[in-house]
Amino acid sequence: MENYLSLFETYNVPEAFWVNIQLSFWAAIWALIIGTVLALFRISPIPSLQWFGAAYVNIFRNTPLTIILAFGFLGLFSVMQINLAGELDVSLFRIAIVGLSLYHAAFVCEAIRSGVNTVPIGQAEAARAIGLSFLPAARLIILPQAFRGAIAPLGNVLIALIKNSTVAAAGSVATEASGLMKTMIEFRSDLVIPIFLTFALGFVILVIPIGLLTTWASRKLAVAR
Amino acid sequence: MSAQQVLFDAPGPRARRNILIGNIVGVLVVLGILAWVVSALAGKGQLAASMWTPFLESRTWEFFILPGLGNTLKAAGIAIVTSVAFGLIFGIGRLSHVAPIRWVAGVVVEFLRAVPVLLMMIFFWLALGSSGAVKPQDAPLIAVVLALTLYNGSVIAELVRSGVYGLPKGQREAGMAIGLTRNQSLRSIEVPQALIAMLPALISQFVVILKDSALGFIITYPELLQYTRRLGVGEGNVIPSLFVAAAIFIAINFALSTLATRLSVLLSFRTKGRRPAAKEAIAMDAAST
Repeated sequence: MENYLSLFETYNVPEAFWVNIQLSFWAAIWALIIGTVLALFRISPIPSLQWFGAAYVNIFRNTPLTIILAFGFLGLFSVMQINLAGELDVSLFRIAIVGLSLYHAAFVCEAIRSGVNTVPIGQAEAARAIGLSFLPAARLIILPQAFRGAIAPLGNVLIALIKNSTVAAAGSVATEASGLMKTMIEFRSDLVIPIFLTFALGFVILVIPIGLLTTWASRKLAVAR
Repeated sequence: MSAQQVLFDAPGPRARRNILIGNIVGVLVVLGILAWVVSALAGKGQLAASMWTPFLESRTWEFFILPGLGNTLKAAGIAIVTSVAFGLIFGIGRLSHVAPIRWVAGVVVEFLRAVPVLLMMIFFWLALGSSGAVKPQDAPLIAVVLALTLYNGSVIAELVRSGVYGLPKGQREAGMAIGLTRNQSLRSIEVPQALIAMLPALISQFVVILKDSALGFIITYPELLQYTRRLGVGEGNVIPSLFVAAAIFIAINFALSTLATRLSVLLSFRTKGRRPAAKEAIAMDAAST
């Protein structure tokens, strides 16, 4: 037990989780923005935008996140020498955020589309009947209801994003949780199970409240019909 | 809203002109982004023929891509079989009428679904490697399969549960009426029907397993990404190599996803339950790695 507690003096576990939380936070914001634009493209009357939205979703949804994040490090950073910040670790951190955002945007797009499917046809017809064209109808009538219908799937995407932020290890973000867990186990292989359970519990504590919260919010905010 | 086209009217002459303009602008913007990417790649010499010619040589495929793809498919294939087995056992466990079995299965499934697959993979890899229980060179494969099984098996257990919940109540009542016990009715009447209802969602989960097998890259399992990275470092064409690896994954996953969509249309007449469990389940865990 003392051995176990001494681990926390040597290694800063909360700081590693903080890196994952930051990765997830920024990636969630960007993924929500990109995903909403993609969803708008996919429901718009313009064929080229529909096609672009569908192609984006099919490509990013079917590529392993590991490849995208490894590409960020091996391709963008090493070969293309793209630097998003002066310092090395900040730059890698930001490239990981770009990769996580691009990947999860495809899932956000699908979640919002499933939200659009919960809006009854009459809403769109009514919007057209009072003379709204596509963008005003989407902004004022469809999307507000669609977001409320999409809370549960969006919550699932957020949960997946938090768990997937560990894959940033493939993009050489060495300070995040899975990297620290690997280091800790390598140095203290006698404590392999307690170390794993500590990190696993950390994610359970992060993820389960979000699941409960989004389930509650999706019921609370559901449009009564 | 079933037909999303209902968002806009059948276009008249003015709307048609606007759509045409929007279309042209859209095409130009997409082409502009593509041109920017291409010029950035060309600027670093990534589009030179010498970067891509290795993929025309048979030794590239013989020694790098095919062995890598083989290992990826091996890990994913084993994991698919074991996670379906795990999912069936724990799914039925969650539906059991013996409360302690239900609770244990519930806690296990909820816990495993909340832990990142990569953490489990690293844990099994290092734990198996240091314990000496398996040969060191086998540890990565076993770790990949174990982690994929525990996570995806839990998701499949949830699919089984939601599939059974989606069945009409009369199915179980009919089972009881002909004298089956609760377990017999679950095994021989409810779960088989639930399996058909969840088949599309199950195939979507296979896509997740295939994608997640690429996590083996991080724990040194020699799968497709690992081999293509070696190829890229050896030939000095990392970016083309990663593009090829991604294209192979996209092709396989796209085929599987298309199959899942076709099946869900094809099977919809056999799954006239209270609610389409499969559709809900597809959304449930879609965003896994």
